[in-house]
Amino acid sequence: MADARRVISVIVINEASVLSRVTDLFSGRGYNIESLTVAPVPDSKYSRLTIVTSGSIRVSEQIVKQLHKLIPVLKVYEHADLVEKEMALVKFPANASLSDISALSAAYNGGIVNVGEETIIVMIADEPKRVSNFLNLIKRYHPKETVRSGSVALER
Amino acid sequence: MQISGAQMVIEALIAEGVDTVFGYPGGAIMNIYDEIYKQDGFKHILTRHEQAAVHAAEGYAKVSGKVGVAMITSGPGFTNAVTGLADAYMDSIPLVVISGQVPMSLIGTDAFQEIDAVGISRSCTKHNYLVTDASELARILKEAFYIASSGRPGPVHIDIPKDVTAQIADFDYAKPIALETYKPTIKGNARQIKKAVDTIVKAKRPLFYLGGGIINSNASEEVRRFVSMTGIPAVETFMARGTLRYDDALLISMLGMHGSYAANMAMSETDLVIALGARFDDRVTGKLSEFAKNADIIHVDIDPASISKLVNAHYPIVGDVKGVVIAMMDAIADKVEPTRYEPWLETIANFEKLHPLSYLEEEGVIKPQWVIERIGELLGDKANISTDVGQHQMWTAQFYPFTRARQFISSGGLGTMGFGFPAAMGVKRADMDRVSINITGDGSILMNIQELMTAVENKLPVINVILNNQYLGMVRQWQTLFYDKRHSSTDLSAGQPNFTMLVESFGGVGYEVTTKAEFDAALKDAIEKNVVALINVSVARLENVMPMVPSGGSLFNMMLASKEK
Repeated sequence: MADARRVISVIVINEASVLSRVTDLFSGRGYNIESLTVAPVPDSKYSRLTIVTSGSIRVSEQIVKQLHKLIPVLKVYEHADLVEKEMALVKFPANASLSDISALSAAYNGGIVNVGEETIIVMIADEPKRVSNFLNLIKRYHPKETVRSGSVALER
Repeated sequence: MQISGAQMVIEALIAEGVDTVFGYPGGAIMNIYDEIYKQDGFKHILTRHEQAAVHAAEGYAKVSGKVGVAMITSGPGFTNAVTGLADAYMDSIPLVVISGQVPMSLIGTDAFQEIDAVGISRSCTKHNYLVTDASELARILKEAFYIASSGRPGPVHIDIPKDVTAQIADFDYAKPIALETYKPTIKGNARQIKKAVDTIVKAKRPLFYLGGGIINSNASEEVRRFVSMTGIPAVETFMARGTLRYDDALLISMLGMHGSYAANMAMSETDLVIALGARFDDRVTGKLSEFAKNADIIHVDIDPASISKLVNAHYPIVGDVKGVVIAMMDAIADKVEPTRYEPWLETIANFEKLHPLSYLEEEGVIKPQWVIERIGELLGDKANISTDVGQHQMWTAQFYPFTRARQFISSGGLGTMGFGFPAAMGVKRADMDRVSINITGDGSILMNIQELMTAVENKLPVINVILNNQYLGMVRQWQTLFYDKRHSSTDLSAGQPNFTMLVESFGGVGYEVTTKAEFDAALKDAIEKNVVALINVSVARLENVMPMVPSGGSLFNMMLASKEK
């Protein structure tokens, strides 16, 4: 019963309280959510949630079934073969090495998105593991603040 | 049609064929109660506590098969009702519970009697709604009744702010429901059914494991036919009692923690479990890794989440039990060979002979099991039997001669003390022709004792039979067995009311019973007088519910009554 990382997409009706229905289901069973993203599905009344969690096969099967049981849930996918991306924003002091940071972030599908008097902000978008790598790499430039978006994923 | 939100609620309830609403008014729901006053489409029964309103609606729903309806106000009215919602959710009982809420403009301001009701009910209902506009009410009410009663049934909660009940809007209840995201699977997969049937005919020691889903699905007739045509023996869960007649030769008994030795041994020895509408609850399975260890499992359930949740199903079939059983009977018809199970039935008969469900009579004291058997002898099919929670509940499940589905009304999943009496009122209301008995304990009965007033006022002659051992008996039993007889906070001998004075102050009749003859006389008198009654039966104080699988133990490792051979 190895606890593996699971990525679950849930298509729900875009209405009040639907997000708490989904998250209650996790918290009520003591399952942790590693990341969660929500946004409307274009041109529809639905929203798409991408949830990253971990657990055994039995636990994740149970989560998928319980999600299905929620009335406003249209579809649930547990992804196996997928393209998964995550975004991160990182704020550096303005005196950091602009060229180094720019080059590094370019290698992670990103670049400098804001330059201010005191700080510069970099955006990258990549696989979650690579986002982690990037965040490790840039530690030496003393980032002031970091934010990760959580994963979004599509089945191949 | 342009009407107020409150009128919409009334119109919808009448359109749904509701004839009884159990409830308790309060500030936030007054507009609806004003409309209740003006109508005569259904009867409103004022309970004396909101929890009882919901339990009464549950009892009503369980006996009638219809959706039970309860109505309560905001804040404490709602929080009092939560136990009932949770109880209905655990036992898959179809309910629509409507609560008042503070006006929209006050929501989130910590207003008087405000509580986030949908936030609380989310985890103990099948679905819930906060109505923010009266124009939504027709759709929401219609959906609520549909969701409550379809698929795996359950309670649906609708929270309506006071200003929404005053708001005038369009109301069209005829508009069909369009729920694209909710489509329960009713019909079982034909290929899976065929595979299951092929397995059944090959099995040497198959066993039906009958669950409460059969009763929800109104499938007991079909299941009786299926069992008798195949000649395969059956065990019932607590929730399924009454599916087969008590005297059906193929019914072993109840299984589980307080199931019979034979039922639990059969489950341990079977090579094929045919689970119909059962959910492998921990009180049934005991230690999971040892449960039906040598068996393949066919699991029919309308709720896909119940399948392989705890025990892996080799043949999962999602669908309504009734339809699946009919399809299975069609597929198996020319392949049945009831004689092939003779050696298996003999094995089971030997288990039954070895340790039958029994108890020892003692001079000068009434055994609680006797009371239940006696009610069975005197009333049998003529009574609906509700219970509270504890030892009396298990003895009822073990010893009452149930003859039909929907005869036994009890809180199985949640185990709610205080359930029995209000439920028995709902039972009486739904089935006035039968005697409504609530078998209870001296602990449980005091948890909703205020309902004596409701029952007397509304002429719902529930007969409460208190098996009074002056203990919180089930907890006392565990303390005796597993806590070295430290009876912590369970001895009620210094805390007994005068039950007869109590019930008589409400206008009912009380009986004090210390002998068998007195019990017979009391029960007959209460039935004849057709009144709300408390029959306080002094029973053997230290009787244990036996046999017993200790919590987490294996089914085949039962504790047996010490004086049994």
